[in-house]
Amino acid sequence: MDWQGQKVVEQLMQILLVISGVVAVVVGYATESFRAMMLIYAGGVVLATLITVPNWPFYNHHPLKWLDPSEAEKHPKPQVVAKKRFSKK
Amino acid sequence: MHSFGYRANALLTFAVTILAFICAIASFSDNFSNQAPSAQIQILNINWFQKQPHGNDEVSLTMNITADLQSLFTWNTKQVFAFVAAEYETSKNTLNQVSLWDAIIPEKEEANFWIQISNKYRFIDQGHNLRGKDFNLTLHWHVMPKTGKMFADKIVMSGYRLPNAYR
Repeated sequence: MDWQGQKVVEQLMQILLVISGVVAVVVGYATESFRAMMLIYAGGVVLATLITVPNWPFYNHHPLKWLDPSEAEKHPKPQVVAKKRFSKK
Repeated sequence: MHSFGYRANALLTFAVTILAFICAIASFSDNFSNQAPSAQIQILNINWFQKQPHGNDEVSLTMNITADLQSLFTWNTKQVFAFVAAEYETSKNTLNQVSLWDAIIPEKEEANFWIQISNKYRFIDQGHNLRGKDFNLTLHWHVMPKTGKMFADKIVMSGYRLPNAYR
């Protein structure tokens, strides 16, 4: 999942769960059914899980642009020079 | 949000937090219910009234208990626990409360009831103060919720009196 996808997924998860909660309380209170509230909320949690947890392809529409290999050769990585030990004579 | 397990954990934690909020709101909504219970208790008969070998008085009575507790039930009610207690004063104690009968009412439909029984639990005094004693019969109830705060209240019915002599 790319960075853009991660941001979208986090927001989606929070919004979906909060909305499920709100709808659950409202419907439960209106129908005087505690069971209705719990079922709606559970359904909302399952829906949010299915939408946001798996790595769906549409979260990968802005993939990272890695550096081209040919470009990388022009700028070689600096070599670590090994320190010479001063040996006592 | 960079791995399956990470997202699953975040979602689960947030879901449980929201669940806690939902339950708190459900419990809070109980404050807005209109409760108007009613009850009546009639003592049909004093079956016997004796002094036990240890010196304590004991009474057995038959009561007719009528109550309508349907308005106590809300969407967040699991059951209502109701009990009848005899309350009186003695020189030793300012308040004596003796539980005579109780019941668990699991559903609204069963909360409008009429029952005629003798006391389920024994009415025994601490001492021998019951002759000619005036007492109240109080119907207490505890509304037990599915989630959240429990409410308790009572109706006090006064004007009952025990006989002046043992029988």
